[in-house]
Amino acid sequence: MREEYRAAFLFLLPNIIGFLIFSLIPTIASFVISFMDWSLLTSPTFAGLSNYKEMIHDSVFWVSMKNTAIYSFIKVPLNLILSLLLAILLNKKLHGRNFFRSIAFLPSVCSSVSVALIWSPLMESSENGLINHVLVKMGFNIIPFLTSQKFAMASVILVGLWKELGYFMVIFLAGLQGISHSYYEAAAIDGASPATTFFHITFPLISPTTFFALTTSLIGSFQIFDLTSVLTNGGPANATNSLVMYIYQNGFKFFRMGYASSLSLILFLFIFVITYIQNHFANKWVVN
Amino acid sequence: MAMAQSKKSYKNIGWYLLLAVLFFFFFVPFWWMIATSFKSDTEVYTKAYSLLINQFHFENYKDVFSSMPFGKYFMNTLFVTVMVILGTLTTSSLAAYAFARLHFPGRDALFFLYLATLMIPRQVTLIPNFIIFRELGLLDNLWSLILSGIFTAYGTFLLRQSFLTVPRELEEAAVIDGYGYWARFSKIVLPLSKSGLVTLLIITMLNIWNEYLYALVFIQTEAHRTLTLGIALLRGDFDVRWNLVMAATLISISPIVIVYLACQKYFVEGIALTGVKG
Repeated sequence: MREEYRAAFLFLLPNIIGFLIFSLIPTIASFVISFMDWSLLTSPTFAGLSNYKEMIHDSVFWVSMKNTAIYSFIKVPLNLILSLLLAILLNKKLHGRNFFRSIAFLPSVCSSVSVALIWSPLMESSENGLINHVLVKMGFNIIPFLTSQKFAMASVILVGLWKELGYFMVIFLAGLQGISHSYYEAAAIDGASPATTFFHITFPLISPTTFFALTTSLIGSFQIFDLTSVLTNGGPANATNSLVMYIYQNGFKFFRMGYASSLSLILFLFIFVITYIQNHFANKWVVN
Repeated sequence: MAMAQSKKSYKNIGWYLLLAVLFFFFFVPFWWMIATSFKSDTEVYTKAYSLLINQFHFENYKDVFSSMPFGKYFMNTLFVTVMVILGTLTTSSLAAYAFARLHFPGRDALFFLYLATLMIPRQVTLIPNFIIFRELGLLDNLWSLILSGIFTAYGTFLLRQSFLTVPRELEEAAVIDGYGYWARFSKIVLPLSKSGLVTLLIITMLNIWNEYLYALVFIQTEAHRTLTLGIALLRGDFDVRWNLVMAATLISISPIVIVYLACQKYFVEGIALTGVKG
C-alpha cells in the first residue's frame, strides 16, 4: 500500500504543482484581489465591497453586460437552429457532402483573430468593401457594418456565426448519426411527413446534443473577446464592448486589478450557473 | 424505375442549389483572402472588393517577412504550441493514470477539485497569472504562455476517461509478470489510449495556436510576439496594407488548416467526443 501511495504521489506531482500555481491558487487569488484596490505600482489596499458597489453605478459595465447578453441571446439560438439545419442537410445522401462538411468546418479551426482580419475589410463601409460593393451593384445603399452603432453588433454576430456554424454542425451530425434508422423506417411506413418526422423523432432524440450545444455555445459567447477586439475594438462608442473586453481594459489599460478581478467573478458567476444547470439536467437525462 | 430515379435527382436539385449558396457563404471569405494576398498595392486601394487575381504578386509574401519579424512570430507560436503539447500530454497522462488506477487517500476530493476548476474561465485566472509571472520575472517571455497553457484540468479529465476504458485484466496480468506501476502505465495503458491522446493533442494544438488574450497581456516586445498577436496589431497600423495582412493571415492559419485536412477524422471525433471549444 505504501508503495502505491508513493507511486500515486510521483505520478501526480508534475501536474499538481502546475495545477496549484497556475490554476487553483489564481482562482482563489482572484476572489481575494476583488476585495482590494491594486494598481500593481503600489501595494494592494483592502477595499471591502467597494469594487462590487462601483459596478452598480458603472454605466460602461452595464453597457458591456448588455452587449454580451445581446450577443449571446441572439447569436446562440441562431447558431443552434442554423447549425442543426446544416447538419440535417449534410447528413442527406448528397454527392460531395464530405467536401461541404470540410468547408463549413474550416472557419472553426482558424483563430478568431484571423477570422476578424478577413471579415473587417469585407465589411468596409464603402464600395471598396466586397459586401457593400455587391449591395450597391444590386441597388441598395451602403451599410456601415462595423462603423455604426446600429449595425456593429449585428455584424459581429454574423462573423461569429460564420466561424462557429461548422463546429456545431459537427456536434449535431454526431447526434443525428446516433439515431437508429429503424425509427425513420417506421415513420415512413406510417406515412409521416418530413415535418412530423423531424418534430416527433429527430428533435426529441437529439435533445441531449442540443442541450450540450446550447450550454457550450452560451459559455463561449459570454467569453467573447478576440473577435470584437480585432473587428471593432469594442466600438463604435462601446456598441460592441463585451464583459471580457471590459475586464481586459480595467486590468491592463487602467491597471485596476481589484476592479478587473471583481468583474471576472461576474463572468464566473454566469458560467457557474450555466454549468450547474447543464449538470443538473444532464444527470436527469441519464437517469431517464 | 428510371422515372422514379430522374424524379429523385430532380428533387435533389434544390438541395444542391442550397449547397452552392452555402459553399459561397463559407468559402468566399477564404478565397478573398487568397486573392487579396496576391494583389498589388494599387489594386488593394482601388479594387479591394475584387475576387480576381490579375497577376500573382508573390513578392507580397516576401514583404511579410521583411516588413516585420514575421518569421520570429511564426517560430514563437510554433515553439509555444509544441512545448504546451508536450507538457500537457506528459503531465496530464501521468496524473490521469493516478486518478484512473491508483488508490491513495484523498483521491476523490482531489479529483473533485480538478473537476471544479473545469468551469473556471481562463479570464478569471488571467490577472493572478499575470501577477505570478511578474513575480517570477517571466512577463514578456514565451514561458509565461507555455506554463499557463500546460496545466489544464480538462487534459487530466479527458485522459482519465480514456484510461478507464482500458481493460483492468490486462494490467492484472502484467502484475503477475512483475510489471511495476511505470511499466503498466507506459507499456499497457498509454499504447491502448492513442485516440484519447490524439484528441487531447489536437484540442491543445488548436487552443494554443489560436490563443490571443494571454499573449496580448503577457507579451510586450516585438521579438516575443506570437502569430495572432503580430497579425492583430497590423490592423491598428495607420496605413494598413491589406495584401500583406492577408498574406500574413494565410500563413498563420495554414499549418492548422493543413493538419486539419490531413487528420479530419480525429478533429471530428475529438469534437463529437468532448465538445471542448476549438
